[in-house]
Amino acid sequence: MAIVIVLGLMGCTSQSERELVVSAAASLADSFATIESAFERAHPGVDVIVNLAGSSALREQVLEGAPVDVFASASLSDMDLLVAAGETAGDPRVFASNLLQIAVPPGNPAGVAGLGDFANDDLLIGLCADGVPCGDFAREVLANAGVVPSIDTHEGDVRSLLTKIEGGELDTGIVYVTDVVSSRGAVEGVGIPEDVNVVAEYPIAVMANGADPESAAAFIDFVLSDEGQAIMAEFGFSSP
Amino acid sequence: MSRQAGPSRPPLPLVVMASLGVAFFAIPLIGLLWRTPWSDLPQIVSRPVVTEALWLSLVSSVSATAIALVVGIPLAWLLARVEFPGRRLVRGLVLVPLVLPPVVGGAALLFALGRRGLVGEPLYEYTGLVLPFSLWGVVLATTFVAMPFLVITVEGALRNLDQRYEGAAASLGAGRWTVLRRVTLPMVGPSVIAGLVLTWARAFGEFGATVTFAGNLQGRTQTLPLAVFVALESDRAVALAISLLMVVVSLIVLIGLRDRWWKLL
Repeated sequence: MAIVIVLGLMGCTSQSERELVVSAAASLADSFATIESAFERAHPGVDVIVNLAGSSALREQVLEGAPVDVFASASLSDMDLLVAAGETAGDPRVFASNLLQIAVPPGNPAGVAGLGDFANDDLLIGLCADGVPCGDFAREVLANAGVVPSIDTHEGDVRSLLTKIEGGELDTGIVYVTDVVSSRGAVEGVGIPEDVNVVAEYPIAVMANGADPESAAAFIDFVLSDEGQAIMAEFGFSSP
Repeated sequence: MSRQAGPSRPPLPLVVMASLGVAFFAIPLIGLLWRTPWSDLPQIVSRPVVTEALWLSLVSSVSATAIALVVGIPLAWLLARVEFPGRRLVRGLVLVPLVLPPVVGGAALLFALGRRGLVGEPLYEYTGLVLPFSLWGVVLATTFVAMPFLVITVEGALRNLDQRYEGAAASLGAGRWTVLRRVTLPMVGPSVIAGLVLTWARAFGEFGATVTFAGNLQGRTQTLPLAVFVALESDRAVALAISLLMVVVSLIVLIGLRDRWWKLL
């Protein structure tokens, strides 16, 4: 009986398509969904599996031996840690950059005007957690602006922060420009002055533990190609 | 002769499968102990991030257990003893949090009790009370996930109870309230305690519903499981130390109550 079940499970995993596991920062959710389908059209034998989470969580998964082919991080530091640990095959390449922006629910019910409002104890304010790129960048921006924020929650990744702002459960938070663009009106953006903003650079690399280094390299080439860069631009990212 | 030797030697396949089960529970714990930074442990465990989370975990899990006691036992009694229309529906409703991923439970609480939620919005407008991102939020989320354990344990005990004892008490002139208080509850007492322990344990380890509904802020809503989650991505030594702390606290409680608990199960 048990043997029958085990065989049945094994049967499910044998597929004609090769799976390519791409671990991507949560802020890449929408752009990489489009990249995935465009890449699969160009490479019919490859089935891209996009594994989304905060870059630091993805980094830990790789360090604990998760079979990942490609890692696209929202921060250089998470990638650097993997390079230092010998988890990468080939040098990481920066494929996109992003800026930070204040996000508010549609209509901005709390009337958030800028970074100064982050010191207001009466507002419900969220940031990404310590160690998650969007959180580290946001703290850097607030420090640049000389604001000591009154935070109500530290979310595990930028998606869960956005969900709480979209629903109006939080009055405001700091996310990426691209998140506001791809939300299509579910959140509104309030600008951060250029002189205090931070440029987030996104590196991508083939992982040493991956099962299919050839397709992994092809995927990275695709992201860096004109077609890939056009998709990234469509979602608000700047070229490196 | 050989028949009498039988019970002392259990069938081998059973022993093999049971040993697999033991290994399955033991190996992760050994892995935890193996990686634990023993020399830094006292220093890490006394950091505010850990002590504050421990306090919040204890407060929220005990509060959730207390709420479950006050609300859950009447609910269990109703389900076990009263025929009412929709009883099966209500029982199904009680079981939902057991099946639902806690994150979904947390999201559902947010839609219902959040500042823009079905109940949360009027609550906020009339009282100014915001449940998410507060200790109240943590308590509600853990209660939602943990209370079913008490309800189903006590309901099962009430169903199995021989109702003749209650009948005898009633025939001797005890009122319904007296029968409940003096006969029924004492007889299901051990199951109530078992249910409370299970409820507390589930509440103590609650993560998904809490992080979704109550958010994550050190000193306000960051319980031990949330602190582990954050630390896993920034400082693994802290994550391991907190995990060990959770194991120790759970063992203290389970061993402390073992005389009332192990016997039953």
